[in-house]
Amino acid sequence: MKVCDLAGPTFVVKNNIDTDQILPGKYIKINPASYEGYKELGLVAMSGLPDCYPPFASNKSGKTIYKIIIAGNNFGCGSSREQAPIALGAAGIKVVIAESFARIFYRNCITSGELIPLEIKECLWQKVETGLDAQIKFDKKKIIIPALSREIEFSSLGPMIEIVEAGGLFSYAKKIGRI
Amino acid sequence: MTGESLAQKIIAMASGKEHVEPGELVWVKVNTLMIHDIAIAGVVEIFKKEFGDNAKIWDRNKVVLIPDHFAYTKDDMANNNIRIMREFAHHQGVEHFYDLSTKMARGVCHIALPECGYTRPGEILVGTDSHTTMAGAFGTFAIGVGNTDAAYILGTGEILLKVPQSIKVIFEGVLPSYLQAKDLILKVIGDLTVGGGAYCSIEFSGPVIENLSAEERMTICNMAAECGAKSGIMVPNKAAINYVKNRTNINFGVILPDTNAVYIKTLVYDVTEMEPVVALPHSPDNLVSISEVPDIKIDRVYLGSCTGGKFDDFMAVANILKGKKVLVETYAVPATREIIEKLINEKIDGESIFGILSNAGVFISLEPCCAACFGGTDDTFGRANKAMNILSTTNRNFLGRMGHKEAKIFLASPYTAAVSALTGHITSPTTFMDKI
Ligand code: SF4
Repeated sequence: MKVCDLAGPTFVVKNNIDTDQILPGKYIKINPASYEGYKELGLVAMSGLPDCYPPFASNKSGKTIYKIIIAGNNFGCGSSREQAPIALGAAGIKVVIAESFARIFYRNCITSGELIPLEIKECLWQKVETGLDAQIKFDKKKIIIPALSREIEFSSLGPMIEIVEAGGLFSYAKKIGRI
Repeated sequence: MTGESLAQKIIAMASGKEHVEPGELVWVKVNTLMIHDIAIAGVVEIFKKEFGDNAKIWDRNKVVLIPDHFAYTKDDMANNNIRIMREFAHHQGVEHFYDLSTKMARGVCHIALPECGYTRPGEILVGTDSHTTMAGAFGTFAIGVGNTDAAYILGTGEILLKVPQSIKVIFEGVLPSYLQAKDLILKVIGDLTVGGGAYCSIEFSGPVIENLSAEERMTICNMAAECGAKSGIMVPNKAAINYVKNRTNINFGVILPDTNAVYIKTLVYDVTEMEPVVALPHSPDNLVSISEVPDIKIDRVYLGSCTGGKFDDFMAVANILKGKKVLVETYAVPATREIIEKLINEKIDGESIFGILSNAGVFISLEPCCAACFGGTDDTFGRANKAMNILSTTNRNFLGRMGHKEAKIFLASPYTAAVSALTGHITSPTTFMDKI
């Protein structure tokens, strides 16, 4: 199954956003696989960011108006907590675009099927502002920012694309008959 | 065919292949899977959903369950995770469960793993924690993963791995008395940066590594995670091999990298003239030599975590604090129960390490766990509940890591932390150590 194109407002952050900022340590006791836990994680997603950032998710619904995060280098560095990508997914984020990702975060996005991590070769986060719309065309490997009249190519997901298309590690393993 | 790095060799063996190339995706057999309290609820739920409510795990002898993050708190949700772990262990017949309320209780997972003999050379160890890399000190290919991967391993004993590229780091020269493994790895993190080792396996070698104690080697592999590395690994030296042999009856072989292995980068350090270093807030790669640290008054010293809560770390601190009093509040959290016992039993000039520390005014926790290293709930021992400057022997100084968002965390070696506890300012152990 091919991944569907998507469009929506972006939330922009800088380099080295670590998992303590995405989801502060005190919330990792939350069970991401339970219904209540999943909802609660959406409420506290990105709550470790410094106060200079605009609010991320509504503190009533736990949903964010943003669909896409644009970040700098090393997004998701730090802990292995799978609650971090799940919190972003629970809040309504579909895609994270970054110059680079921390490996466990990247892996967790893909194996859980919660988020699609896309790597780009330029410092996009310094050229855009939170709230700008972006469109993602998976077939063309393009990110379009209408306000900048720009098209940016993202790097191929390599062999990981099959897991992303399957929707996560378990669906992939079933598809290839491994389990 | 090109030669293989240590990581490649172990992965090739575990995947049943002659040879593996970096970038290749391979299914690998896991020797040990460790799950801790913050992952267990999610892992169990995924496992049941995917394999069925009554499914059995792949091998109950290869699964290790260790509660350590929210170990001693009144928080209901945190304690519920430990209850889930208890039920799961019982239901699945997992005996390697280090339950807190029993004699099996240990402490921080990365120290409990070697103590209980799970970090065997040449094997694959997977843990639900980023610092699982620590076991690389014994020549184990050890990586951290999230809940989904752990649940998959629970059901199948396998993990889908992308073979990493390798970076080689060589330490040469004579280690000065004031320099510790913590300084060496912080230096590497400063040079590589926090993203600089991403997706790679960092292979440490050289005469300095060859002569380090097992625990000092562990400090280095532990913080390979701070460069974003998939694993930190070393060919086990005598100290590491003896450590493992004393703790397991399971046979293992020592694997060496090929002499013509390919490394994407090689860093060589001569440690002879190296200075101690400090990582300034809020990143472990925000590094300065101790002589360049601005004059900073500290409010608290924190000694603990998998990185800085080992026996050797407290021994180093005791050597400095002996017969003296700390000027700033100092908290110590030994990583495991075994370490606490050793602190009580081992002596310097007739006085126990435990006695030396407490006579110097250090608050020592008798509840070995992660404690304030990652903040934890508000009732956590040593947690920063307000803005303050903390000098810490832990591994991460991210914004908010030890609790309060306005707390500033400085990372340094146990020697630097101990000397600074006596002066109230970040102070170099170099001049100080000549006097003792
Ligand atoms: S002591 Fe700190 S770094 Fe080590 S496992 Fe616990 S929380 Fe993680």
